[in-house]
Amino acid sequence: MDVELSVSLWRGGKDGRYETYSVPRRESQTVLDVVTFVQRHIDPTLSYRFACRVGVCGSCAMTVNGRPRWTCRTHVAKVAGGGHLEIGPLENLPVIKDLATDMEPFFEKWQKAQGVFAPTKTRHDEIEQIRPDSPPRRAVDAAIECINCGVCYAACDTVRWNQDYFGPAALTRAWTLLNDERDAGGTARLQAVAGAGGCHSCHSHQSCQELCPQALNPTAAIAGLKRRTTAAYLKGEIKA
Amino acid sequence: MIARGTMHRGSALWIAALVHRLSGLALAIFLPLHFLALGLAIDGEAKLESFLRWTDQPLVKFAEGGLVFLLTVHLLGGLRVLVIENLDWRDGQKQLATLAAALSAIVAFIFLARVF
Amino acid sequence: MTMRLYLWQRATAALMVPLVLVHIAVIFYATRNGMTAADVLSRTRGSIVWASYYGLFVAAASIHAAIGVRNVLTEWSPLTDRRAGLFAIVLGLLLAALGARAVFAVVLS
Repeated sequence: MDVELSVSLWRGGKDGRYETYSVPRRESQTVLDVVTFVQRHIDPTLSYRFACRVGVCGSCAMTVNGRPRWTCRTHVAKVAGGGHLEIGPLENLPVIKDLATDMEPFFEKWQKAQGVFAPTKTRHDEIEQIRPDSPPRRAVDAAIECINCGVCYAACDTVRWNQDYFGPAALTRAWTLLNDERDAGGTARLQAVAGAGGCHSCHSHQSCQELCPQALNPTAAIAGLKRRTTAAYLKGEIKA
Repeated sequence: MIARGTMHRGSALWIAALVHRLSGLALAIFLPLHFLALGLAIDGEAKLESFLRWTDQPLVKFAEGGLVFLLTVHLLGGLRVLVIENLDWRDGQKQLATLAAALSAIVAFIFLARVF
Repeated sequence: MTMRLYLWQRATAALMVPLVLVHIAVIFYATRNGMTAADVLSRTRGSIVWASYYGLFVAAASIHAAIGVRNVLTEWSPLTDRRAGLFAIVLGLLLAALGARAVFAVVLS
């Protein structure tokens, strides 16, 4: 193992540049370890995000050698083949500074896609009986573990090409809610995902599915939305 | 300059989508020319006949092979998308995309073999 | 893409699956047998079947290509959605007109 690793980190905002640092290599080092080392020992002005360090919060997602990934779960040994790493902020989001992006557009689109649970009962009502093996619940379970890390959003070409597009995460959440028997969002949510920026813009590239660290499949969820919206439209429940 | 990332271009499905899009564009450009050629028949057989004989040239035949490839790959790629969107999810999309490209190449090859 | 455009795009696509397969067969048949213009036209002239088949094909292809090109323009060009839509309509009409003329040429000339 080489003693030192050469690392290029994005510095500045939109019009910034890559700067290169030399970082000592360690056993089982992760990309997050590398970024942290730079901030603590070389340049304290480096800005970046992390929280749990163990792959459950999704805060540390960055672009590593061209791919969006969780840096805490990316071993340097796996990605720094040529002894060099290039780390930048997530794509498709405004850069605040260095490796930190503004996640607001991501969450705004979440709201636009109505990825919000609409309750139907109060605490005084009977609890809904939901069978875990019912087809709708299976569909929900397969898509529910999103932790909003933004990797899919950063990876999506359609997000890059179409400013209005809600993106894989927001649409997948809408899909889980449409399959949730307790939710009352129904037709309004279908209308929201059938309009501009909705599910029909997806070209099924499957970059989201390929890169999702939670092994979710937004392409499949979005295909489900296409079927649902088509049925609703043909029945006159939603407008074009 | 914004932070650049090369993404995951080069993955089989990304290439499949690109091929689908580019083949569609190429066919959309070709189609008016195809219609104009057929329209030659309005002025009688002779004009269409001399055009058809012009297309006997090896280079043109080769280009026609390319068109057959574009048509077939656009059809098969589109069929794969229709299946994703209208039927239940199935894994193995990369394999299906590669198969579509391979089949299209075979069809184009058979076309060329028959005309040469 | 709106619901309506999406459905027309996918519907014409599905419709064209069998139409294209037949067309590929026709291409193979015609080119292998070295058909002359006379050979082709003797089969197509006055044929309701060929007129219907290719008439339908032209209509479907015009709609499908127009919507497809519109999508590409909205994603890959700086044109506004409205301008891309206008360009697409013009393309669609052009294809329909030239296509109808071609069908006329081989069926009625």
